[in-house]
Amino acid sequence: MADKIFRVNMTDLSTSIEDVPADWAGHGGRGLTSNIVATEVPPTCHPLGPNNKLIFAPGTLSGTAASNSGRISAGAKSPLTGTIKESNSGGTSAQRLAKMGCKALIIEGQPKDDSWYSLSLTPEGVTITKEEELIGKGNFSVVESVEKRFTDKIGILSIGQAGEMQMTGANISVKDPDSHVRSLGRGGLGAVMGSKKIKFIALDAQDGKVEIADLDAFRAANKAFTKALVDHPVSQALGTYGSNVLVNIINEAGGLPTKNFSQGQFEGHEQISGETMHDLIVERGGKPKHGCHSGCVIQCSQIYNDIKGNYKTSGMEYESIWAMGADCTIDNLDQIAEMDSIMDDIGIDTIETAVAFGVAMEAKVLDFGDAVEMTRILREEIAKGTALGRVIGNGAGSVGRTYGITRVPVVKNQAIPAYDPRSIKGIGITYATSTQGADHTMGYTIATEILGVGGTADPLSKEGMVELSRGLQIATAAIDSTGMCLFIAFAALDDETCLPALIDMINARFGITLVAADVTNLGMSILKTEHAFNMAAGFTNLDDRLPEFFETEPVAPHNAVWDFTGEEIDTFWNF
Amino acid sequence: MQVQVKLFAFFREGRFIKEDRELPEGTTAGTIVDELGIDREEVGVLMINSRHCKFETVLQEGDIYAIFPVIGGG
Repeated sequence: MADKIFRVNMTDLSTSIEDVPADWAGHGGRGLTSNIVATEVPPTCHPLGPNNKLIFAPGTLSGTAASNSGRISAGAKSPLTGTIKESNSGGTSAQRLAKMGCKALIIEGQPKDDSWYSLSLTPEGVTITKEEELIGKGNFSVVESVEKRFTDKIGILSIGQAGEMQMTGANISVKDPDSHVRSLGRGGLGAVMGSKKIKFIALDAQDGKVEIADLDAFRAANKAFTKALVDHPVSQALGTYGSNVLVNIINEAGGLPTKNFSQGQFEGHEQISGETMHDLIVERGGKPKHGCHSGCVIQCSQIYNDIKGNYKTSGMEYESIWAMGADCTIDNLDQIAEMDSIMDDIGIDTIETAVAFGVAMEAKVLDFGDAVEMTRILREEIAKGTALGRVIGNGAGSVGRTYGITRVPVVKNQAIPAYDPRSIKGIGITYATSTQGADHTMGYTIATEILGVGGTADPLSKEGMVELSRGLQIATAAIDSTGMCLFIAFAALDDETCLPALIDMINARFGITLVAADVTNLGMSILKTEHAFNMAAGFTNLDDRLPEFFETEPVAPHNAVWDFTGEEIDTFWNF
Repeated sequence: MQVQVKLFAFFREGRFIKEDRELPEGTTAGTIVDELGIDREEVGVLMINSRHCKFETVLQEGDIYAIFPVIGGG
């Protein structure tokens, strides 16, 4: 059975199943969502209006036995940045979509009345149903109820209260294998789903299977690929400490943004570090090692229990812990885990929202380090949609504008994550030039600048940083199209057997003959497609800049400032 | 001379988190790694005073020296 495009029109509540146009056939994941947005969404449309479209696509290898291939991409014009957006997550949805033969789900239009709906997908198509019971509820209740209505095997994409209220920090939750949630976190795509009046999407693949053109070749390539992943020492450290192993090393390098980006090191770093978290998890009978999707061999997620040994949260990432921790100067992992859980339930991006809190602390809306008040605001203001809740729920830029703050760490209105671009300069190029606003995952130069993976580069020097970021952004766009977790990149950068094995798997899956240059060309073409959309939406090269304070406020311990000229940044697009 | 040595991730197991050490002049970063029984192959990053350094770098009085295994995240 050939893969199909599933289309839902929320204006007239119609659905259709379409053949895949030839231009989209070679795409999956981010390459597909970005190409569909570029083809079908008017760049100048209002992101929350009927002309925007929300697209979900599994990667080209999702649903197969390929290790770490269970990532899903969601795409739209972002209400947070106004740019094109691809947000990426684990969970079980990518595999469900791929197995039911859905290459992409396109949701367009907008209901004319105030009714809410849910979607249910099977290999036969999409059913639209009116939804009342779960409106106003958080993601945890949604998952529980939807599993009862269908089965506990069902895949679920859902929004919490933040998405219903169309806050630009709202995310889309993706059910994981344990019925907890992962997040399509960045760029406010939960608000786009809310604007389409869809509370949840249930995914039932039934007995669907992904077809493999050459099964023997696929198995052999997957074996080599898996070995490269498992053998790499970064994979092993990720399985033990999670991505939060980074707190201490980024702090040591002086690049841990602290107290709303006014310092480069955090006194309480040890208390929120991966090492401390690992010991706490083990002591309380949690799991330091946990996969966000079946088939993951790295297992960087974790099950974090509270002091009584009861489940509190899972999948806490370094960037979330940094944002609530160092950026808001909170040095208590239990308070951070509590807020992580609330944000998962409300359905709001942990990075955007915690950075917004950092700006609110600067504005004296609450004190730095006041986790009790932060928790109250999450529950009583953001979840309930009060005026203050909406100001913070709309992100860091919103808080800065509302309270007249100039130290607002955003690019294209999206919050800058856990690495200070003054003391780690390559990542600043990624923040500035990314097609999606500030986002470390778009071109993770930290690997080379700080971690010594894929070579070395002096993080305080501008030398070679534009090229480093460009190379990684191109490679990342390609990886994001396969359904692969980005953490395969550490093995791919160091182990020469890894990427060829990945390409062999794609070839065996589809019966094609891609070579490495094709993959690079795919990455370049995706970036150019996304960039062209942004230009047509009204962005210029002058939007590829960091906030002014990075140039004027030196950050300790290196007393570094952001010193790239605009002309230097603009050379990024010379390819 | 006195140098503060800091260890991270699994390098801490059976060793320490942070220790002030009295060292002879001319001690290199690599010597400390060897003395701690850490396999150089397992070392990912070395930093002195928040700047990356090499096994050959000579330590100075008052340095803060951090030793990390190969780690990653993001």
